[in-house]
Amino acid sequence: MIFWHAIAAATLLAAAPALLAGEIPPDARRSGYSFMGPDTRAMQDDDTSNPGMLFVLDGEALWAKKTGSSDKACADCHGDARSSMKGVAARYPAFDKVLARPVTLDQRINLCRANHQQAPALPYESGDLLALSAFVAHQSRGVAITAGDDPELKPFVAQGRDLFMQREGQLNLACTNCHDDNFDKRLAGAPITQGQPTGYPLYRLEWQTLGSIERRLRSCMTGVRAQAYDYGAPELVALELYLMSRARGLPMETPAVRP
Amino acid sequence: MARAFLHIAALIVAGLALASGARADELVPYKVIGDTIPQPLTGTPGDPARGRALVVARTTTCILCHSGPFPEARFQGDLAPDLTGTGNWWSAGQLRLRLVDASRYNPQTIMPSYYRDDGLVRVGRNFAGMPILSAAEIEDIVAFLVTLRN
Ligand code: HEC
Ligand code: HEC
Repeated sequence: MIFWHAIAAATLLAAAPALLAGEIPPDARRSGYSFMGPDTRAMQDDDTSNPGMLFVLDGEALWAKKTGSSDKACADCHGDARSSMKGVAARYPAFDKVLARPVTLDQRINLCRANHQQAPALPYESGDLLALSAFVAHQSRGVAITAGDDPELKPFVAQGRDLFMQREGQLNLACTNCHDDNFDKRLAGAPITQGQPTGYPLYRLEWQTLGSIERRLRSCMTGVRAQAYDYGAPELVALELYLMSRARGLPMETPAVRP
Repeated sequence: MARAFLHIAALIVAGLALASGARADELVPYKVIGDTIPQPLTGTPGDPARGRALVVARTTTCILCHSGPFPEARFQGDLAPDLTGTGNWWSAGQLRLRLVDASRYNPQTIMPSYYRDDGLVRVGRNFAGMPILSAAEIEDIVAFLVTLRN
């Protein structure tokens, strides 16, 4: 028995480098949707039962509402979101030439508020910001993700990839340990997925509300007992960008439902 | 269905995020010989009953990854070998090294080092500078694992 274990351990050691290289080939990429049970899938699929759609409706109202000291609505500049916002979320985070760095959809919304509406920034995870980003991202439902293609983003995608591979926290685990090497397995009975960012902002039954991808990444970090990055931190943006580039070709699902 | 999911998810969050009781200021020094730490970390022998309770407790994190002969624990992991029979093939000294610092044995392992407070990145404020488990907790768990025979 002891021998068997020694052999098993030796095989593990030998096999490790191949496993570590373990990035998911494009044709094996799967949304978290494919890991869910039929009830949760049905909840996402039917707009009348998908709780995220209530936020999308709120966002639609906010899109048309004049705000800030310039008294302009999003719609005054962008017109009908159904055409002007189609495919936009599938390209975010996107490179901002003025800031010379990638910005998330949430950050873009707040940049529009500051620069074009003269309105104060909406706080991260506030109902209004989630509603607006859900409404905008919903216009990309079904559109294939292409974020990260812009050559100017290359160093930021690389930074995000390094963070994804970096072990961290008291439990000393990296994102890749769970989401590249162990998806389809179970952590305390719950399925581990590939950590694909296709559905954000999304409705988590556990949260009982809509939440951003940053909220999700922060809870994975807290889970391994690491100090989570602040909302909007360059590291979180880089991680989100890497996740989106890693999900290249998968269709957007906003607003998704997850357990 | 949705309710069951909710419950599981909440357990994971609680299980991974809660601080354990470890409050050791300084780690007890230990000596590695081969693939073992032969000497106990404490003067008092470990208590297998306490060890079992620790292994089954989500906050200790073992059964997030492992399964074992714990019929009362509904949600066990499958990222790691089943612990059934552990005492058949591992000695107390081997198990002690595994728990203290599994990476000494397999540098690529995903199993956390339970008695280590250095060489880690971005440890959360509430956990910085302390091991996951105390020396006494390690001894309790070792004392329990050697009883897992079949
Ligand atoms: C200890 C295991 C573990 C580690 C390490 C981990 N996660 Fe997760 N992650 C989970 C679990 C469990 C879930 C919830 C189920 C699921 O969607 O996989 C999750 C969910 C996610 C999701 C949501 C997927 C969806 O469909 O909505 C993303 C994105 C994600 N993780 C990214 C990351 C990133 C980035 C890191 C590193 C900062 C990370 N995870 C570290 C276990 C982990
Ligand atoms: C994040 C995942 C993870 C956690 C948490 C974890 N382990 Fe492990 N453990 C593993 C893996 C994977 C192995 C397989 C060998 C290796 O990777 O070195 C292992 C191996 C073992 C072994 C040897 C099993 C065998 O038959 O080869 C024992 C005993 C063990 N772990 C006990 C524990 C105990 C007790 C705890 C909690 C105090 C724990 N583990 C927590 C992942 C984990």
